[in-house]
Amino acid sequence: MTETMGMFIDTSLCIGCKACEVACHQWNSLPANLAEQPCADSPGQTYPMTGNSYDNTGTLSAENWRHVRFIEQSELPDRSDLRWLMMSDGCKHCVNASCEQVCPTGAIIRTEFGSTYIQEQVCTGCRDCVAACPFGVIHVHETADHRQGTARKCTFCYDRLQHGLQPACAQTCPTSAIRFGSINELRAYAHQRLAELQHAGELRARLYGADESILGGLHSFYLLLDSPVTYGLPDNPKAAAQTVIPSSLFSIGGAIVMGLASLLAFRRRRMEQNAALADA
Amino acid sequence: MATSSTVSRRDFLKLAAGGFAAGSVMALVDVEPARVHAQTLKIAGARDVPSICPYCGVGCGTLISMRAGQIVNIEGNPDHPINRGALCSKGAATFQLVVNSLRQTRALYRRPGGTNWEPIDLEQAMDMIAERVKRTRDETFVEFVSMQNADGKMTRKRVYHTPAIFSLGGATMDNEWNYVHAKLLRGLGIIAIENQARLCHSSTVPALGASFGRGGATTFEQDLQHADTVLIMGSNMAECHPMAFRWVMQAKARGGTIIHVDPRFTRTSAQANIYSPLRAGTDIVYLGALINYVITSHRWNNEPFFKEYVVNYTNAPMLINATYRGPDDLDGLFQGFDPETRRYNSDSWAYQTVNNRPLQDRTLQNPQTVFQILKRHYARYTPELVEQVCGVPRSTFLRVAEALLAGSGPEHTSVICYAMGWTQHTTGVQLIRTAAILQLLLGNIGRPGGGIMALRGHATVQGSSDIATLYNIHPGYLNTPSVLKNHETLSDYIATETTPTSFWVNFPKFIVSQLKAWYGDAATPENEFGYQWLPRITGDHSHMPTFVAMAQGNIHGMFVMGQNPAVAGQNAGFQRKALGQLKWMVVRDLYETETASFWKDSPEVTSGELRPQDIQTEVFFLPAAAIAEMEGSFTNTHRLIQWHEKAVDPPGDARSDLWFTVHLGLRLKQLYQGSTAARDQGFLSLTWDYLDPTENDHWRIKDEPSARRVLQEINGYTWSDRQLLTGFTALKDDGSTACGAWIYSGVYAPTETHPGGENRSARRKADNWLSLDWGFAWPANRRILYNRASADPAGNPWPKEQRLAQLFGTGHHRGYVYWDATADAGTDSQGNPIQGKWVGVDIPDFPVTKNPLATAKTDGVGLDFHDGASPFIMKADGKGWLFAPRGVVDGPLPAHYEPYESPVPNLVYPQQQNPLAKVWETADTLAPVSSSAYPHILSTYRLAEHHLSGVMTRWLPWLAQLQPELFVEISPEMAHELNIRNTDKVRISTPRGSIVAKALVTRRLRPYVINGQHIHHVGLPWHWGYKGIAVSDVANDLSAMVGDPNASIHEAKVFVCNVTRA
Repeated sequence: MTETMGMFIDTSLCIGCKACEVACHQWNSLPANLAEQPCADSPGQTYPMTGNSYDNTGTLSAENWRHVRFIEQSELPDRSDLRWLMMSDGCKHCVNASCEQVCPTGAIIRTEFGSTYIQEQVCTGCRDCVAACPFGVIHVHETADHRQGTARKCTFCYDRLQHGLQPACAQTCPTSAIRFGSINELRAYAHQRLAELQHAGELRARLYGADESILGGLHSFYLLLDSPVTYGLPDNPKAAAQTVIPSSLFSIGGAIVMGLASLLAFRRRRMEQNAALADA
Repeated sequence: MATSSTVSRRDFLKLAAGGFAAGSVMALVDVEPARVHAQTLKIAGARDVPSICPYCGVGCGTLISMRAGQIVNIEGNPDHPINRGALCSKGAATFQLVVNSLRQTRALYRRPGGTNWEPIDLEQAMDMIAERVKRTRDETFVEFVSMQNADGKMTRKRVYHTPAIFSLGGATMDNEWNYVHAKLLRGLGIIAIENQARLCHSSTVPALGASFGRGGATTFEQDLQHADTVLIMGSNMAECHPMAFRWVMQAKARGGTIIHVDPRFTRTSAQANIYSPLRAGTDIVYLGALINYVITSHRWNNEPFFKEYVVNYTNAPMLINATYRGPDDLDGLFQGFDPETRRYNSDSWAYQTVNNRPLQDRTLQNPQTVFQILKRHYARYTPELVEQVCGVPRSTFLRVAEALLAGSGPEHTSVICYAMGWTQHTTGVQLIRTAAILQLLLGNIGRPGGGIMALRGHATVQGSSDIATLYNIHPGYLNTPSVLKNHETLSDYIATETTPTSFWVNFPKFIVSQLKAWYGDAATPENEFGYQWLPRITGDHSHMPTFVAMAQGNIHGMFVMGQNPAVAGQNAGFQRKALGQLKWMVVRDLYETETASFWKDSPEVTSGELRPQDIQTEVFFLPAAAIAEMEGSFTNTHRLIQWHEKAVDPPGDARSDLWFTVHLGLRLKQLYQGSTAARDQGFLSLTWDYLDPTENDHWRIKDEPSARRVLQEINGYTWSDRQLLTGFTALKDDGSTACGAWIYSGVYAPTETHPGGENRSARRKADNWLSLDWGFAWPANRRILYNRASADPAGNPWPKEQRLAQLFGTGHHRGYVYWDATADAGTDSQGNPIQGKWVGVDIPDFPVTKNPLATAKTDGVGLDFHDGASPFIMKADGKGWLFAPRGVVDGPLPAHYEPYESPVPNLVYPQQQNPLAKVWETADTLAPVSSSAYPHILSTYRLAEHHLSGVMTRWLPWLAQLQPELFVEISPEMAHELNIRNTDKVRISTPRGSIVAKALVTRRLRPYVINGQHIHHVGLPWHWGYKGIAVSDVANDLSAMVGDPNASIHEAKVFVCNVTRA
């Protein structure tokens, strides 16, 4: 018997508590994204709030492998149409994974669970995968001594899976908005949830990545209550072929540009960071 | 979905036990694409230590993974019946709360006028603190006061107290500490004992107590899944109690209707089927209109269930004195108001009685019945009034009313969940009372899927109320002896406090056993079991008036234990300045809090208004042990007592709270040794035997006291041979039993497996519903209170209960709790067999063999005074109180008054504010009604990512980054009027203070139209202060020291402000 595992993000159940972000930091010993890390002389310092609803994480990064998005919607003056959408985002673990395809060193592998995984000791930090990912998921981490590090992203908690545990984010989710299990069973369940929601009048509800139409299928797929673009997801993401990477850097779409922009901004901020507290 | 392939920790543990290795995973999964790259697991081979989340009151279970003496991971316990392995953002950050380089691990000392901390030896600091306690006590001890009697004569009354020492905090500590600390302080004569419960749910206790008999939530979290309608009001449950909200989501998944009523559209509203706005502080109008809608509806008047429940289980048929008049007749006041004292004489609110038994009209037609009075009282609370006063569209209100009624009845039950949005008002008690009345009328109390869920905000704020670091209650909700009541002797006290026609008939057993637990051999019948050693209170010694006394120089010393009034106090600037009037202060916490450092870092100092050199307060900072570093129990929001284990020694000078109080007590015992002064004899007699070095063999800290011993004392034992008691029914009033807190009795009882006594709070066996073998819920492990009402008057389960028992029970029962007439109930005292008893999936909250058709005994004492259809065994008449003849000082029925500060006049009655509201501000620190200088409504509240005053979150980088700074939520309409853009800095001002915050402009906030007037509503989360990683202004610099007359809780949920661009 063989079985591929998957993650189903049911945004209709998400309450935006960000437990997934914290559990991911904790399990993977990731430092917080701070303007100034705590040290013996200073308690550290946060970046300013973004003003984008309750989202102060902003984007996926080398330290934030999960990111909860908040979307406030209301057009009518009486606010009877008011919706507050929330979505826990992370690596999609695509079946046709550009990152895996473009990686020149073979650092990015397909695991026995179907997920993609970056072997840090093999990664040279060349950034081809950063450019290739149509979702802006991968970022290159910078080491404490400001040298370029390796590419980083969600591992699907590869270590936990191998030991029979579900990923930290799925386990911690208070409302089971993140579910982990056999991808076939999750897909069947997702269709059932979609039918329920549509029956309840959620006419814009849809699945994203639950079949082969998006990059051959996403191992981490979504139930959305509105169009993908509403959540910052590309409508029809394209895989980058290995040969076209250099020229496609500027044409592949908004997601990559945004990913790079945030990467650069992030690098600047990191220049002043001290040793990561989480490793203490 | 199929759960078979969903892996969990449980599976992991099973597999690991079988020598499971990475390679063998391959058999389970698709290995097609790649090689297996074997990963090491950081918790492989780790020892898992079961613990409890230290943040809110939901009571989630955690596992602390220990490897080589280090904590390597903390995550949710998959076996836990409430959280099932999940945790919210705060709980998921517990690792960083404990393992954090910013923790203070050295004892620190700040000398009077000092500008810096100095390190101090821990033992030396303890000696100095003990010396200061003794000195202050000796200097300020009062033995007698002169008081005016009712007849005008002066009399000398014994008080035996010291008013000059104040202890604050306890809701984040263990139950055992709360019990021991209150015992030590009362043993010394200290009366000003307070904790976060005052500011959290103190209004819940009299409200639910007067209505049902006990002040706790009537149901349990997992049972929310069985509700047909969930009304969440006065709570942002998804935000503040995410793990409890999981069960609301389950109810929704089962087809239930979720309703959220709130001034703001929040994370909870986003999940609700119906969202209804309302102007903050108008909940009684809304709930009153729901009452009116229900009792005038066709369904309620035609479905027999409702009348059957209400006539039998509530005081609806009781006749009230003919002289009673209500607010309709008295311009918004109740009968008996004395404008001079601003108090009510409640004589006219009483029942008409014959032979002490209330007269009834079970047809409910008599105009003096409670029901008819209630019906007249709420007649003016109409959907139109809701629209006018609350600013809610009538159609929205009617949808809510219909859903609530449709979700109630014989086949259905509805639950109401609330939190600080209801408690923190000058009308807090009455507001919660309105919900209690509504739930009684709908037949939802005592039934699965029904009830009232009071959502509490600290890990053991329930416990710190129960057993009890509050000035007005001794452990087990026994009133503190007071000079204002007839409490002169133990007999007087017992006569005053005992309700002979309820379960409280046992009151003498509770107090005598408590005195025995405190004074041991020195407690004898001859000396009233030491009663005269107990300090008497002389008035309101709660949080806010004590800070006023402090500002006046009348409080000399203070313990601040895991609380942070410099941020969390109302009018926090005032409270910070008051700290500077103390002679000494001891702060115990994990981090250097704003309170600990007020003398050097407060806004008053950084602005130059005060200089550290001029602040003469001597400050001791003692680092506290974190959750993983000590053992003890917490009581969660549904009365569930749960034990957490110690995983590791605390670092450096950090010690458990229990260590501090027990060793302080030992030092004081030494200092007072040999004293012959009468005032010292009680303290010298105080039992203080909590050290058991054998428990510490494996730990670095060898003098850690035994929390188990404390819990055993709380549980109770026989005095002569120290046999642990089975429960509170074993208590005696002759000194032969000792019991610290009767309501917890049974928590450490002898069981079949542990005949010498089992710590039942450490039981960990869950099932898919009640989980009776997980922890211990007071009283007597009952999960739904008043569950006699889950059966009809004849004892048969209602239809919903039959269905649930079939679906979720073990198959043995046909209802939740019901009468089984054929059951063998053992034998009576003469050896005759008894047939028939109450059985079910829960522990019956009723005398087990009392026939449902039993008639009340005319001269019956205790529960014999009640008939077999009286589920509310703590009430004098056995009934749920729609109308409260006593127990609530500001009226027998809730009536709407405007918040103390309001932008509009009261449109319901001529009386503007609660006429009994407590006010500790002066006229110039309060805004008048309809103030043009302060035109906007302000509510303070919490976020999911932070905890209360932020001490347990703002020092954690993972949480600090998620909500980095203070913001104020305002509507686009308001932003447009004031020319404010998103993230602009704005200044928010009240007569008490002025702060700066960033604007978060959002359509989730809305302007309200009240009586034609446009009113803006702004929202301010209050987690920040001037210490830690995430730093901002203190929101509570704006709030006011005004409070509820029953509970002295403050009004944080609504006051008025001005907003300008900064």
